[in-house]
Amino acid sequence: MPWDTILTWTFFIALVTAGIRLAIPVMLATLGEVVTERSGVVNLGLEGVMISGGLAGFLTAYTVENSALGQAVPWAGTWLGIFAGILGGMAMGLVLALLCVTLKADQVVSGVTLVLLGVGMTSYLYRQRFSSLTARVSGLEPWPVPGLSRIPVIGEILFNHDVLTYISFILVAVVWFFLYRKTWGQQIRAVGEHPAAAETSGVNVSQARYIAILIGTGLAGLGGAVLTVAQLSLFREGITAGKGWIAVALVIFARWRPELALLGALLFGLADSLQYRIQALDTAQLGARAIPYEFLLMLPYFLTLAVLLTRVRKTDTPAALGRPYVKGKR
Amino acid sequence: MNTIPERRAARPIEIGKWLRPAAPALGVIAALIVGTGLLMLAKVDPVMAYGVMIKGAFGGPRQIQETILKAVPLVLVALGLSVALHGRQWNIGGEGQYFIGALFGTLVAVTFTNWPAILLIPATLLAAMVGGGLWAAIPAYLKVRRGMNEIISTLMLNYIGVLLVEYLVRGPLQDPESFLPESAQFVQAARMPAVVGRLHLGVLLALLLAPLVYLLIWRTPIGFRLRAVGSQSKVARTAGIDPAWSIAFALIFSGALSGLAGIIEVSYLHTRLKGASISGGYGFSGILVALISRLNPFAVLLVAVFFAALTIGMDAMHSLAKVPATLADALQALVVLFVLAAEAIARRGEQ
Repeated sequence: MPWDTILTWTFFIALVTAGIRLAIPVMLATLGEVVTERSGVVNLGLEGVMISGGLAGFLTAYTVENSALGQAVPWAGTWLGIFAGILGGMAMGLVLALLCVTLKADQVVSGVTLVLLGVGMTSYLYRQRFSSLTARVSGLEPWPVPGLSRIPVIGEILFNHDVLTYISFILVAVVWFFLYRKTWGQQIRAVGEHPAAAETSGVNVSQARYIAILIGTGLAGLGGAVLTVAQLSLFREGITAGKGWIAVALVIFARWRPELALLGALLFGLADSLQYRIQALDTAQLGARAIPYEFLLMLPYFLTLAVLLTRVRKTDTPAALGRPYVKGKR
Repeated sequence: MNTIPERRAARPIEIGKWLRPAAPALGVIAALIVGTGLLMLAKVDPVMAYGVMIKGAFGGPRQIQETILKAVPLVLVALGLSVALHGRQWNIGGEGQYFIGALFGTLVAVTFTNWPAILLIPATLLAAMVGGGLWAAIPAYLKVRRGMNEIISTLMLNYIGVLLVEYLVRGPLQDPESFLPESAQFVQAARMPAVVGRLHLGVLLALLLAPLVYLLIWRTPIGFRLRAVGSQSKVARTAGIDPAWSIAFALIFSGALSGLAGIIEVSYLHTRLKGASISGGYGFSGILVALISRLNPFAVLLVAVFFAALTIGMDAMHSLAKVPATLADALQALVVLFVLAAEAIARRGEQ
């Protein structure tokens, strides 16, 4: 191992900075799923929601950037794309809400189907538009925060990101505030714990769950769009590569709490970042002895399994999770 | 406590009676309507397109054979899942089990090259079932011993399994004479023999397994215990059934059948182990087939042929009209979505 290359500040700073960046899409999806599951609905379709947001965002950004508007306002494509990503995610959320809340269909079946629908549909729509070409959008440049980004190490790690990364961190605080300090948030949590009691005290259970699903899928769609529009500047079939599923696992790891969702996602971002760095090091310095890249790519999936080994107390889980609410039935 | 809302009470009871059995047909029709919209988006005449599809899938003996062959892996995966889902065990790791099954089968096929077909074929099939079963035994262990949700663990193992096979076919298992990431070619004695025309032994196996799986679910103690566990009622506990064995059986059995699907595809169609290209997403489509079939093994045969026809027909349309063939995947998911909705509406009508 080339320890002298690894044990330097430059390497460390690059590793953590990239880790934060890679954590953002998963973090947004996890945050969204925390809200959804707190209302008692488990959205297993997150992977399909994310990739739908990713494609909606990418197609919008690409179309705008190649239009008169995009020529006149260079940033319009990126930001309209991000907005479209949120809407794309919510559109999938609406399908889920119709099935699981209005029609009270099985949440697991609905979720799994939603994933396959999202993956199949995005693949069709992308190929239909671009056939086998790889289209690109301009992406989002980092915006170092003036002053703060100059602080040694910490500033370099925390304040050298694109604007969406900062926004994502703020969103964690917003969701926390919303869930714990606002009546709306309390209602959502009540509905997830004891829908019948919530209903008795005047909360509209279906409405609360619709809102929670739309917020959750909006955030997951945003995560997908951040990935395609801002970070990678392209779309590929299956581009989310299990990030939606990882987010579902992280919600359990995070004990359904937004602040811990942030922590879990950062852990994943770091592992992913480390994996990329080792790949780069390997080929450059170890040559033939390189660790096969397939094994490095397995890392996030192994980490997900490891994370799920942590014990969850029953009281952390929203009591009504996964159960449709039928009025007058207990 | 039972305050039945007036709105639901006023709903005519008959709705549910006819809607529920008709749900699959309605789902297919609704999905095809949405599909028509998607085709028009690609500026394709839908009447022509569906014509090409039907001809591509059923237009002649060759097409029908292709469709049946395509249905085989779907049948196997879905039969396994019918068993697992009767016990409410969500094995969505069929894709990974398919790859590991293909891998284990390949190891046998490329090692014992001098064995006669009568020994070698059963050995590869058995090895594949062991491989798929072992890959599913991991989530089974994690669920029984550590209480880990099988949905996420089986799904994660998909990615790990595919990556493992991708590494092996460009590493230790690579054919020294090939520049491509693929294993050595199977000897003739290791390949699925054709029985009628292009139809191979796997077709017979799939047909044979459907009634066997039916018997397993409805006529054996294993099936009874599985259904008791799946019903999530207190029946299982009252009857003294240890759910651990049923959970493990459900996952491992469905894993073994996915593994079998993997080796059959590899040994007949590809004649060697390759990377991601050896599966057409059967591990996932198989879930949809099992769901639409309502976990009925005989319905699985029918639905699998329908799904296979969609895929084969879409391939035909792709070569003719440049419509992306992945429309088949989207349509399959749409069918399930609409069936789900129709059934849920029917249930509400019955209440």
